Amino acid sequence: MIAPPTASNVKEPPVLEVLDLVKHYPIKDGLFAPDRVVHALDGVTLTVGRGETLAVVGESGCGKSTLARCIMRLEILTSGTLLLHGKDISHVGGRDLRAMRRRLQIIFQNPYASLNPRWSIGSLVMDPMRLHKIGDAAGRRARAVELLQTVGLGAEFMSRYPHELSGGQRQRVAIARALAMQPDVIICDEPVSALDVSIQAQVINLLKKLQKSLGIAYVFISHDLSLVKHISDRVAVMYLGQIVELADTSAVRQRVMHPYSQALFSAAPVADPRAAASKRRIILSGDVPSPVDPPAGCRFHTRCPYAKDICASEAPQLRAVEDRFVRCHFAGEPGFPPPAPLSEGKYT
Amino acid sequence: MKRFHIFWFRFRRNRAAAGGAVVLAAILALAAFGPVLYDVDPFEMVGRPFMLPFDRYPLGTDVAGRDILAGIVHGARVSLMIGVLASVAATIVGVTFGAVAGYYGGKIDDILMRTTEFFLCIPSFVLAVVLVAIFQPDVVTVTIAIAVVSWPSVARLARGEFISHRDREYVLGCRAIGMPDWEIILLQIMPNALPPIIVVSSLMVATAILTESGLSFLGLSDPNLVSWGYMIGVARTVLRSAWWMAAIPGAMILITVLAINLVGEGLNDALNPKLRK
Repeated sequence: MIAPPTASNVKEPPVLEVLDLVKHYPIKDGLFAPDRVVHALDGVTLTVGRGETLAVVGESGCGKSTLARCIMRLEILTSGTLLLHGKDISHVGGRDLRAMRRRLQIIFQNPYASLNPRWSIGSLVMDPMRLHKIGDAAGRRARAVELLQTVGLGAEFMSRYPHELSGGQRQRVAIARALAMQPDVIICDEPVSALDVSIQAQVINLLKKLQKSLGIAYVFISHDLSLVKHISDRVAVMYLGQIVELADTSAVRQRVMHPYSQALFSAAPVADPRAAASKRRIILSGDVPSPVDPPAGCRFHTRCPYAKDICASEAPQLRAVEDRFVRCHFAGEPGFPPPAPLSEGKYT
Repeated sequence: MKRFHIFWFRFRRNRAAAGGAVVLAAILALAAFGPVLYDVDPFEMVGRPFMLPFDRYPLGTDVAGRDILAGIVHGARVSLMIGVLASVAATIVGVTFGAVAGYYGGKIDDILMRTTEFFLCIPSFVLAVVLVAIFQPDVVTVTIAIAVVSWPSVARLARGEFISHRDREYVLGCRAIGMPDWEIILLQIMPNALPPIIVVSSLMVATAILTESGLSFLGLSDPNLVSWGYMIGVARTVLRSAWWMAAIPGAMILITVLAINLVGEGLNDALNPKLRK
C-alpha cells in the first residue's frame, strides 16, 4: 500500500488518517443463494490535517456517506484502520470509543431528520455535554446558550422545538450540537444540500468562520463541485467505493488527471451563459455499475472514453503522479486525458 | 400541550370514536361506582330462579336465583380490570422484546423473534386454556395467561417501528455523541414509536375481554369472582328456555368491545393521520 497522501502545505502530523478502509455489506438473497456483497468502500486511504478541509466528491451511491459513517464508527468496518491523532480507533469500544467521539463529530445532510422532534433545542445541544459529564447543569446551560450564539441563534431558542425552526436554523442547531464537545474533526455529510440556496451560503460561511476561529478540520462530503472548489483545501474524487483522484484544490482548479474527474468537473454548471457555451463537456454513457459486482480491472473502464485493453484486465493502484494521487494506468502520460470536445453551444 | 390539543381536535371530529368514548366512559363509571350504588352480593340467592327482567329485580334472576343486575355490575369490574391489566402487561413485555430485537438486529433479533413466533403459531385461545388449566384458575393466572397470548403481536409491531427508526439520522446523531443504547431506545426512539403501539394495545383490551369471557364460559375463571363470561357460561344450559340470561351479559360484552374498538380506531386516526389517506 502506498504511503498516505498528505497535503503539501500541512507539515504537522495529520489529525485523522483513514488507511485502506473497506466496507462490504452482505446481501441475503435466501438460504441457498450464493453469498454476495455490496462493495461500498474498497480500500479508501486519506488523511486530514489540523484545520484543513478535505472535500470528498462523487456521484450518488459512490460510497461518500458510507465513508462518513465508517469514520464515525457508526458502521462496523470490514477491514482497514482509522487513526485519530495517531491512535488506532478502528475497533475501540467503551471508554475509548466515548473519548474518540469527543474529538470526532458529524453533521448530517437533512436537518429535518437529524434532530429528534420530541426534544427541545436546549436539551439537544446540552446532550453531548451531559453524556460526557462536562460541567454541572447550570454550566452546561450557559455553554449551550453560548454555543447557540456562536452559530447565530439566540438564547430564546433554548426552549423551542425543532418543528418551530427553519431548515437553516435547524442546521445551525446541528452545528452547535457538534461543537459542544470541541471536536478536532467534523464530518460534514452534505450539510447544505437539503437547504435553500440562499441559506446554503450562510451555513457555509458559518462553517468557514468556525474553522478559522476554532481550528477544526472538516471532511466535507458533497456533490456540489463549485462549492467544493470554493471551500476545500484538498479534493478526493470517489467512484464506486474508491478514491480515483486526490489533489490540492488549487491543482484541481488547473486541471484534472483522471478521466472520471474530468467528466465530473466538466458537468459542473457554469453561471455565465457565454462561458457555458464554450465549456468543454463530457457526457458519460450508461449508469454507474452495480457495487455488488464491480467491473474487473479499472472500475471506471465500462464508461471511460479512453479505455484500452489493460483497463479491463488490470486494476490500477492509486499512485503519485506529479502533484497528486491518481488511480489510472495512463495518468501522467503527456496529453492525457485529452481535452473534452466542445459542447454544442447549448445553454444548459 | 399543543400536541395534545391537535390530537383532541382530530379525535373529537371523528363521531364514531367520540360516541365510543362516551359509551366506554359510561361502562367505566358502571365498573367504578356500580357496586357501591347497587350493593347486592352477586353470589347471594335473592329470590326464585328464572325470574323475568323488570319483575322484582331489574334484570331478573339466574338459574340459582341470583340477581343478574348485581352480576352485571360486579362483572364489569372484573372484565375490565382483567382486560386492561392483561393488555398493559402484554404491551410492556411486547415492547421490550420488539424494541431490543428491532434496535440491535442480527442474532439478538433472530433469537427474540423466533421466540415470539413460537407463541404466535399456537392458537392463542387454546394456549390460554392450557395455561389456566395447568395453574389454579384465579384472577392472576387468567390475567397472566391472556397477557402471554397477547404480547407477540405487540412485539412484532414494536420491532418494525424500531427497525424503521434505528438508521434515521437523529439516532445516528445520538450514537455519534456517545449516547448509551438504553437511552436511545427509551428516550429517543420510544416517544416516536409509541403512537401505533398505543393504538394496538388499546384494541387489545377488547380482545382480552373476549378471551376472558371465553375462558369463563368454559369454567376456567376465578370461582370467587363473577364476570360476564362466567354469567354466560352459567346460562348456556338454559339457552332455549331463558335466552335473556345469556343475552344480557353478552350484550354488555358486545357494547364494551365495540366501544373500545371505536375508541381505538379513533386513536389510530388521531395519532397517525398520515396512514389514513
